[in-house]
Amino acid sequence: MSAEAAVKFVTEHTPEEIERVKNWINTEEYKEKNFARTSLVVNPAHACQPLGAQMVATGFEGALPFIHGSQGCASYFRSTFSRHYREPAAATCDAMTEDGAVFGGQNNLFEGLQNAYEIYKPKMIPIFTTCMPEVIGDDLTAYTKNAKTQGFIPEDLPTPYANTPSFNGSHIHGYDSMLMSILQTLTEGKKVEGKCTGKLNIIPGFDGNVGNLREYKRIIELMGVPYTMLADVSDVFDSGCDGEYKLYPGGTKLEDAAESINGKATIAMQKYATANTMKWIESEYDGQKAIIPMPFGVKKTDEFILKLSELFGKPIPEALKAERARAVDAMTDAHQYLHGRKFAIAGDPDYLIGIVTFLLEMGARPWHILCSRTTKKFQKEMQSLLDSSVFGEGCSIYINKDLWHMRSLLVTDPVDGIIGDTHAKWAARDAKIPLFRIGFPIIDRVNLHRTPVVGYNGAISMLSMIANKFLDIKDETCSDQWFEMMR
Amino acid sequence: MAERKPIKGMTIERTEKLIADTLAELPEKAKKKRAPHLGANEPSVSSCAVKSNKKVVPGIMSQRGCAYAGAKGVVWGPIRDMIHVSHGPIGCGVYSWGTRRNLMQGIPGVTSFPMDFTSDFQERDIVYGGDIKLEKLLHEADELFPLNKGLSVLSECPVGLIGDDINAVAKKVAKDLDKLVVPCNCEGFRGVSQSLGHHISNDSIRDHIIGKFQFKEEVGPYDIALIGDYNIGGDVWAAKPILEEIGLNVKSVWTGDGEVEKIGATHAVKLNLIHCYRSMNYMCKVMEEKWNIPWLEYNFFGPTKIEESLRAIAERFDDKIKKNVEKVIKKYKAEMQAVLDEYKPRLEGKTAMLFVGGLRPRHTIGAYEDLGIQITGAGYEFAHQDDYDRTAPEMAKGTLIYDDVSEFELEKFVEELKPDLVGSGIKEKYVFQKAGIPFRQMHSWDYSGPYHGYEGFKVFARDIDMAINSPTWGLVKSPF
Repeated sequence: MSAEAAVKFVTEHTPEEIERVKNWINTEEYKEKNFARTSLVVNPAHACQPLGAQMVATGFEGALPFIHGSQGCASYFRSTFSRHYREPAAATCDAMTEDGAVFGGQNNLFEGLQNAYEIYKPKMIPIFTTCMPEVIGDDLTAYTKNAKTQGFIPEDLPTPYANTPSFNGSHIHGYDSMLMSILQTLTEGKKVEGKCTGKLNIIPGFDGNVGNLREYKRIIELMGVPYTMLADVSDVFDSGCDGEYKLYPGGTKLEDAAESINGKATIAMQKYATANTMKWIESEYDGQKAIIPMPFGVKKTDEFILKLSELFGKPIPEALKAERARAVDAMTDAHQYLHGRKFAIAGDPDYLIGIVTFLLEMGARPWHILCSRTTKKFQKEMQSLLDSSVFGEGCSIYINKDLWHMRSLLVTDPVDGIIGDTHAKWAARDAKIPLFRIGFPIIDRVNLHRTPVVGYNGAISMLSMIANKFLDIKDETCSDQWFEMMR
Repeated sequence: MAERKPIKGMTIERTEKLIADTLAELPEKAKKKRAPHLGANEPSVSSCAVKSNKKVVPGIMSQRGCAYAGAKGVVWGPIRDMIHVSHGPIGCGVYSWGTRRNLMQGIPGVTSFPMDFTSDFQERDIVYGGDIKLEKLLHEADELFPLNKGLSVLSECPVGLIGDDINAVAKKVAKDLDKLVVPCNCEGFRGVSQSLGHHISNDSIRDHIIGKFQFKEEVGPYDIALIGDYNIGGDVWAAKPILEEIGLNVKSVWTGDGEVEKIGATHAVKLNLIHCYRSMNYMCKVMEEKWNIPWLEYNFFGPTKIEESLRAIAERFDDKIKKNVEKVIKKYKAEMQAVLDEYKPRLEGKTAMLFVGGLRPRHTIGAYEDLGIQITGAGYEFAHQDDYDRTAPEMAKGTLIYDDVSEFELEKFVEELKPDLVGSGIKEKYVFQKAGIPFRQMHSWDYSGPYHGYEGFKVFARDIDMAINSPTWGLVKSPF
């Protein structure tokens, strides 16, 4: 066959063909085919480990996240945080290229650490990896030690590190690994037998809502409990605009993190994002430990507050009792707008547990629950949560499925709304239902990350956001005869 | 071209001192590496003295991306009727999903695919290789999205490191499906920036697409193609109508809102108009050598440059087009004057500094100047020498030129030159806004746009005025 003959004409699909496929992708038959795929992932709802590591690394005072690996990855993580928080996201990397792939990244690391230390004057450089050094097997323990003995950085500069290959787990696992490493580094030799700071260590987990972090702190302060938040990004990723850019605008003080090992108690607000860290804390820290599900809704917030009261022997202050009563008032006032409504939810395991709890509390139905990277253990826990309420009946859990699976579910078995991060907006649009943006990242709406969705106040915000949207839709879509002053 | 009017206070000496003072704060080795990338502009010298396209200095906050970002985010991603598979672990695909604003027509999931297709590599794929999975997933993708016009495979770092042969898989699947399946070996560790990703993508387009299709209709004397416009914020949709109004037929667009078969038939057009020289000059050269298609760089940012470009385009055609061009210029004159009358009084005499990629640090200068704004500093994330040579004449003498500028350096420069606006990317935006300096995100038009063409200039002028003159900046300094 000649080269000429191989040239094809430009083609166009006929309107009939397009119409056929447009309808076909909304069918049960398509859904089956879609769920049968084993290799292709379409529109996942999770990111990679180093992103989580960077969030933790950012949460300590004077700490400069350092990415050992490719330049492109560093740019992607920084952009992702800046898009979500609309804040600077300082991080540096050692920009490995082909020669790094061949000879290993030690030279890049040496030069990178030296420059990062001298230019940005950090108090700590948490180091984490991308795929590339993981595949070629760089030994970071040795490299970092060499960097110190050869004088590229001072011996006493804390340089915790975490292996965070993208081909394993997701961003929440990177969060876990980096947090454990930082705590191990900072608390080394700081444990004093019999000493107790009397303080609470609180670990928020991978939570892109800085309002949540502030809400935890506010509740703890109202309880009169002294505390240290570990990996506190609330000021770093929610800093003020006062005419001066600060490279290190906040974060957990390193001394406080070091002293955390002598704390009175440690509470993690996310279980799946802190699994290894909490295991390590269980074995190394003396104080009491607790893992509380994210306090979405009233009962989980009660649980959190009762735990604080129990651990520190403090009475519940009137202010919090009043807050609780207001939240319950808001929920009873508005229950009719959510009761029986079906929702689809996508997100991280800890968020999903929290959101489902809240929905069940409102008498709503978490109809399709989807986590694009998690374990059978999560599925079991979620199932028992659903089993605890009549509103959980008939609801389904999908693990290791993506948002294109979710789309099939939405068009074949419709619901009233979807709760998730910005990535879910395509599925929401196809299903013609509203997306309630909760989670990470939210890159198409402003300021949502500043309003808490946890605690009693968070329950009110979430409820108002959802109920009022349904009412908006009614006003916008009803025929004139059903357009009313009151709703 | 006449040299730019000097900018008050900008001298070669001052700029050189600023560079020296900034570099003084870097460690010796880093200083030595960075020094050749910074310079004071000498527009009359034939070649810009600033060095470019070198490795990022480790440990410095560079704004660069990688070869994958250049391939997926820039060149391949915007082709709307293909499925673009991010082959490798989860991260790269997720971060590049929908974040470059290359808008597209079509029905998502049916005839267009603005989605994240990934092989989501797991540890076992690293150990055993991902070729079998790739073959399977390409079949799955084709089955679930039957109206796709082809598939591309964009490899991430681990794929190249473990030695997978995506080229062989692509070849096999192309045969199985009787469809375009294009491998693009754009692993992120290749090269020093996204620029190599553009080049690798261009090579894969050359090898697999261009020349493989032909238009059904006869080739006409006014058939052209737009090269290197990615339809950020709808730029293509603002540029194309002007070209059509002067009587040209835009047969294909590379690659914004692009259709792969039309791209594959481009070798039949009469002229290639290139917007982003950096990312696609290779393709223009290929088409020139192989099919004798001439090419011309054009710039539709701001009325002055639009007029210049339209007249240059007209020179390549007959009197009919020349007449149309004058008619179009005249037609929009009043409209553009109205824009200037509204905004220029508030912007005249202001200064701005730019740091972007591709073509923007030079192409947008005219639009700022139309509004009375002077550019005191410009630089690129991933430019080459030819980009800087094209930039120097657009800048006044003594202005600051910076290549792959680090955040640290740019901060110092901004502190000294005190521009009224910084135009750069998302990672820099909030750094400068915290310092109370108006900013526009110029990779993505800050979620606005288009900025190209006559329609675009109206939006641009409004946005620049909005940024510089927002009353919110007046609140930054607290009274207590």
